[in-house]
Amino acid sequence: MSSSRQFLLGMRDTIPMLVGAVPFGIVYGTLAVSSGLSVVATLAMSLLVFAGSAQFVAASLVASGTSLTVILLTTLIVNLRHLLYSASLLPFVRHLPQRWRAPLAFWLTDESFAVVHRHYLLDDSPVERKHWYFLGSCLAMYSLWFACTLIGVLLGQALPSLGDWGLDFAMIATFIGIVVPLLRNRPMIVAALVASAVAVAAHGLPYKLGLMLAALLGVCAGVISQRLAERGKPAQEEAA
Amino acid sequence: MSSFEIGLILGMAIITFAIRYTLFAVGHRVRFSPLVVQALTYVPVAVLSAIVVPVMLMPEGEGLQLSLHNHYLVGGVAAILIAARWRNLLATIAGGILCFFLWRWFYG
Repeated sequence: MSSSRQFLLGMRDTIPMLVGAVPFGIVYGTLAVSSGLSVVATLAMSLLVFAGSAQFVAASLVASGTSLTVILLTTLIVNLRHLLYSASLLPFVRHLPQRWRAPLAFWLTDESFAVVHRHYLLDDSPVERKHWYFLGSCLAMYSLWFACTLIGVLLGQALPSLGDWGLDFAMIATFIGIVVPLLRNRPMIVAALVASAVAVAAHGLPYKLGLMLAALLGVCAGVISQRLAERGKPAQEEAA
Repeated sequence: MSSFEIGLILGMAIITFAIRYTLFAVGHRVRFSPLVVQALTYVPVAVLSAIVVPVMLMPEGEGLQLSLHNHYLVGGVAAILIAARWRNLLATIAGGILCFFLWRWFYG
């Protein structure tokens, strides 16, 4: 498959994610400005940080007058999952030069990870051109995210009550659409349930620490559950 | 932009890029143990569940809201059912958002 075809395919496969990203981007633009960030800062954050959930959390922390140090620490914790996304994609980008790896890393989001990782695992075409697919997915997300932030800023100035509409539910629907198809076996379901329960129970902890604790315990629960299942039926091949 | 905003955006940009790029940058020198690889497969499910479920169960930020008046819960459950039944991303996102707003419209 040619490079341009891979690029367009990457964009096309990302379209479902855009349905969630549009309202989420708009509500970020609206909320950031009503949190007290300037229009330029709101747009610059979408352009330079490009991390939806962290931008959202940062805007709400700015609104509550949190110090810079705490906001940056929270950004670190909320975005730490991207380290694990990059680890999962590493085997597929190792052969690329740094001029490819650096921008692809900059554009790595939940949405593009879900689309691109699936493509690397399931598509039979040779790996050499698949970074064009990766790039297509990233640029679709990036351009749309910036455009929607801009729309959100403008709409927020025209309709100040937009922040109360519940557009942030779009992020929830997107993440559900990513997670549920992954719940194909018992260890995955155990990981999701444990992470959810801990996240709810530890919600009151400061600096979003509950999120990290929930993720950590969810991963441990998944690994333990998988090891127990493998010990229970040693002769049987695990369905991948 | 104020100096606070410049610090905020540069700080967030550097932290986020460092997280995303570090492993890609040193790629050819890193090899993971099987346990780490196994653990990594559970990370997206664990992190995203930990983001989603608290918002569904306590949209106000504190206190469980297990009632039909909680449209985040109703919309989220609808999205989960659509995703489980059809495994289609577009249907899940569009259907979930539609249920959320319809429910809000009728019961809000």
